[in-house]
Amino acid sequence: MSRISEAFAHGKAFIPFITAGYPDLETTRSVVKAAQENGADLIEIGIPFSDPTAEGAVIQNANAAALEGGVTTDQVLDFVKGLRDNDGITVPMVFMTYANVIYSYHEGGDGPIDGASGEDRGRYGFCRRCAEAGIDGLILPDVPFEEKEEFRQACRAAGIDLISLIAPTSEERIDMIASDADGFIYVVSSLGVTGVRTKITTDIGAITDRIRSVTDVPCAVGFGISAPEQAAAMAALSDGAIVGSAIIKIIGKYGKNAAPEVGKYIRSMKDAVRNIS
Amino acid sequence: MALNADSSGRFGQFGGRYIPETLMNAVIELDEAYTHFKNDGSFRQELKTLFNEYAGRPSRLYYAEKMTKDLGGAKIYFKREDLNFTGAHKINNVLGQALLAKKMGKTRLIAETGAGQHGVATATAAAYFGMECVVFMGKVDTERQALNVYKMKLLGADVVPVTSGTATLKDAVSEAFREWTNRIADTHYCLGSVMGPHPFPTIVRDFQSVISLEAREQILEAEGRLPDAVLACVGGGSNAIGSFYNFIDDEDVQLIGCEAAGRGIDTFETAATVSTGRLGVFHGMKSLFCQDRFGQIAPVYSISAGLDYPGIGPEHAYLNSIGRAKYVPVTDEEAVQAFEYTSRTEGIIPAIESSHAIAHAVRLAPQMDKDRILIVTISGRGDKDCAAVARYRGADIPLT
Repeated sequence: MSRISEAFAHGKAFIPFITAGYPDLETTRSVVKAAQENGADLIEIGIPFSDPTAEGAVIQNANAAALEGGVTTDQVLDFVKGLRDNDGITVPMVFMTYANVIYSYHEGGDGPIDGASGEDRGRYGFCRRCAEAGIDGLILPDVPFEEKEEFRQACRAAGIDLISLIAPTSEERIDMIASDADGFIYVVSSLGVTGVRTKITTDIGAITDRIRSVTDVPCAVGFGISAPEQAAAMAALSDGAIVGSAIIKIIGKYGKNAAPEVGKYIRSMKDAVRNIS
Repeated sequence: MALNADSSGRFGQFGGRYIPETLMNAVIELDEAYTHFKNDGSFRQELKTLFNEYAGRPSRLYYAEKMTKDLGGAKIYFKREDLNFTGAHKINNVLGQALLAKKMGKTRLIAETGAGQHGVATATAAAYFGMECVVFMGKVDTERQALNVYKMKLLGADVVPVTSGTATLKDAVSEAFREWTNRIADTHYCLGSVMGPHPFPTIVRDFQSVISLEAREQILEAEGRLPDAVLACVGGGSNAIGSFYNFIDDEDVQLIGCEAAGRGIDTFETAATVSTGRLGVFHGMKSLFCQDRFGQIAPVYSISAGLDYPGIGPEHAYLNSIGRAKYVPVTDEEAVQAFEYTSRTEGIIPAIESSHAIAHAVRLAPQMDKDRILIVTISGRGDKDCAAVARYRGADIPLT
């Protein structure tokens, strides 16, 4: 059991998503610190990918900008280790990225990392480095239940959780996915890609009821949430709310000075969900 | 040796279904529908009628006598997919998928397109079947292939220029997947190549395998024997797998895929996946991809908008891994020379994509005896490429 369960021990959880390196890693560091100080229960760190197929325009642009700025997977791993070692970040953290970032990690690259053998490349090497950096889990939106085993083995070998996703279209797949889930379950609120939505029309309650009938693993709802009322409504039906695009928009607007603004926003969101029963 | 994907959608270690959970039931439903209809007599008959009456099949196997004599070696035959309705092999797959989508009760087709051939074919099928159609096309490609954009609109399709990433084929695929997750119930994603999550590589291959089904019969009739090699260009690989499939069990027939090397495989401006890529997971499949050491997908380049893709279909990756097919790089310059040479010697203007396969035939034929036989698939016609080739040669003609 990873430290992810701690995220759900302080009332309903608020989970922000932040793209690492957008606009640069120093800004990401200040935003992560502000997130923890203002009540974030778990932080999703996005490792930028060239072709983030599950993301809407806002997070796509953040990925592209971070990569243009020269951010690499190794830099993000070192950065997270720095958050744990030097910046007093103690909340659970998970990476959100895409299968190839892990699968192809350094394979065929410029030679062994840290003098390590070939086994330390690819998904095993990546997960080991995640654990060393203090990462608690991975979210891979392009790895569904049927393909998860080769990734989960690497996660388990390193002692981190591979987070399962459940979508509005999952229907009869919910039992299968939920009963085999680790860490927490990411409930995708809506069809489509990430991005702010004015309205969520999926019957989230029916999905979370179904999940709770087969597992005690907590579930949090993401995709489309931006306003405190939306977060409260989703938290009422689950164990927490996840927000990505709305935060990336704030970072886009305020750039290097985004931390106080993101902090204020996160406080308002955590306040909205904390005491929801 | 010809192989069907296993129950997890794999050819050896390649393939699978690496897609968001939101799409899983859609691809499972598609797999079930396809498994049912592929063995359904009336579906097969309907498709055959469409192939013959609407698309103009069977396509000719043409003996390129002038080129053969000029090169002085192996006999060269062209499998003339360029003579199909809409001007390329793409119509084979599109008619199959559109018919399947119709049977599944879908009313809307979405598609990606590179050169525009698959987009035009999808827009055509949508018009024929009375379905809505949206085509995603990289903004760069909408400029390279403006005439095809006009054709798609004329046929009633919406064309969405994609500006993300490199604004080319891979980004159009990403955007089509995004749109599919947004609207699934009434929409079929008519994927244009033997790529993406299972069952697409199988479905597209099966619909394209008519190329080698016909070519095998036609060459036996013309020559009384099988060819020594079959050549086809490879981007995602749909005309190539269609050209190879019914020869896979004929072990003496060499299968050669011709990849777009762009400005050369020792440069960064290339799209030769087998030559320069490595194993990865992207666009729904485990296969070979052009990528950097951190798994970021590489921005690829080719003069050909249709081969300008950083991956290759999983069945090709498998055939390559077991040595049954081999994949060779062909540069822009070699392809353009073959484009011009075929136009001059045979009076046939081939697509710049197909010109990659012809270019390799031009290399091979002179080294082979005169009793040897090559079949080269001309996957499409080259009208669409005249402006780009003219530009490559330094002329600027207002063709589009």
